[in-house]
Amino acid sequence: MIPPAFDYSRPQTLSEAVALLQQYGDTAKILSGGQSLIPMMKMRLARPEYLIDINQIADLRYIKEDNGYLKIGGLTREADLESSELIRSKYPIILDTASVIADPQVRNLATVGGNLAHGDPANDHPATMLALEAEVIAVGPHGARSIPVKEFFLGVFTTALEHGEILTEVRLPVPGERSGGAYFKLERKVGDFATVGVATQVTLDGEGVCRRAVVGLTNVGATPLKAGSAEEFLRGKALDEENIKRAADLAAEAAEPSSDLRGPADYKLAMIRELTKRALTRAGERAGSS
Amino acid sequence: MAIKKIVRIKVNGREQETEVEPRLLLVHFIRDVLGLTGTHVGCDTSNCGVCTVLLDGHPVKSCTVFAVQADGHGIRTIEGVAQDGQLHPLQEGFREEHGLQCGFCTPGMILSAYALLEKNPHPSEEQIRWGISGNLCRCTGYQNIVKAVQYAAARIDRESQEHDSNKDQTLVSNAG
Repeated sequence: MIPPAFDYSRPQTLSEAVALLQQYGDTAKILSGGQSLIPMMKMRLARPEYLIDINQIADLRYIKEDNGYLKIGGLTREADLESSELIRSKYPIILDTASVIADPQVRNLATVGGNLAHGDPANDHPATMLALEAEVIAVGPHGARSIPVKEFFLGVFTTALEHGEILTEVRLPVPGERSGGAYFKLERKVGDFATVGVATQVTLDGEGVCRRAVVGLTNVGATPLKAGSAEEFLRGKALDEENIKRAADLAAEAAEPSSDLRGPADYKLAMIRELTKRALTRAGERAGSS
Repeated sequence: MAIKKIVRIKVNGREQETEVEPRLLLVHFIRDVLGLTGTHVGCDTSNCGVCTVLLDGHPVKSCTVFAVQADGHGIRTIEGVAQDGQLHPLQEGFREEHGLQCGFCTPGMILSAYALLEKNPHPSEEQIRWGISGNLCRCTGYQNIVKAVQYAAARIDRESQEHDSNKDQTLVSNAG
């Protein structure tokens, strides 16, 4: 499949990229990892007339802790997350997530910024970033602004990014003591989108009681979903089998899956329940040992 | 009509300069412009991995990269794996362990395994399977593909040990 024709430019700086995006308006798209955009162009689901390739802007690719935040540059590859010592040692939920995205070749190019900005509810980072209460930084002609991830996803392929804005960073507060998270994805085979996925992040007190829990769900709605009632239920409760089971039921109530080739809606709800249990259990274990 | 771009891409160590349409996919650049047909086109939808090449040493699916993106970068295709007429240990491994049946997936498998062994010279079986998880073999010959990679890892290991002991001997004889 040959994609439709387009003009191409390769800015060296972010301000140059923003200026080009402003100049070409709606007809332009940012080319980051290209691992969603190029297949969509081949299938004529996207027909940008102009591609702005940001891959040369080296200062958009970083993973660092700074000022109480973990900051990940928009151009950071999934493979960078997988091999990052900081991520491996301190953010296993992000390692869980990055390592189940597509396959090794795709992860060498696919970027965190692209994964979020694409606005696909089947993507994996959105639920994890919901669970981590992250925010994204968008840079446009009028400067930078921060958007909480929970307000970022508006609909299928629709985000709060304005025309002319580029997602340059996702940042999340460095979790405190006795915090832990986990992401579980059910996929039919390597490389497939999630049948369902569940991300959880919990903070426990000294007695193992849940001070805070956040639950994000993948591919069971038009956007990644936050299971608010499960989160409220867990607050102040021991993270034991019975409470985890109840929270899993509440998470399934928040899900709005549709039946498709990956399975009937009932099956997906059952899988949300099961993966929520597993994710909360693992998050609890990780919180206990942190 | 889109404006064409001049790209300079180092392919298997050789600089190539060509004018391309921005929409030209890297796999078509490799096959149709350069005539290197060892890189195959399979699904054309970023699923099967037969078009895998190394971009600056990292395996990527060349059906999902534009040639213009590779401008200023280096790629290695299956044609650049054998050196000085000698098969690479991976190629030898695929031959010795019957790592191919129809052979269609083999170039991509070898390049994924090549990058894996560069990064991790002693992979476990699970790490090998993980490393080639983006490459499909429709003959389902995975068992022997894994064995072929293990053969290559052992072979590379042996060669580097021999190399080291030769160096030691040289040092000893120099000292003598």
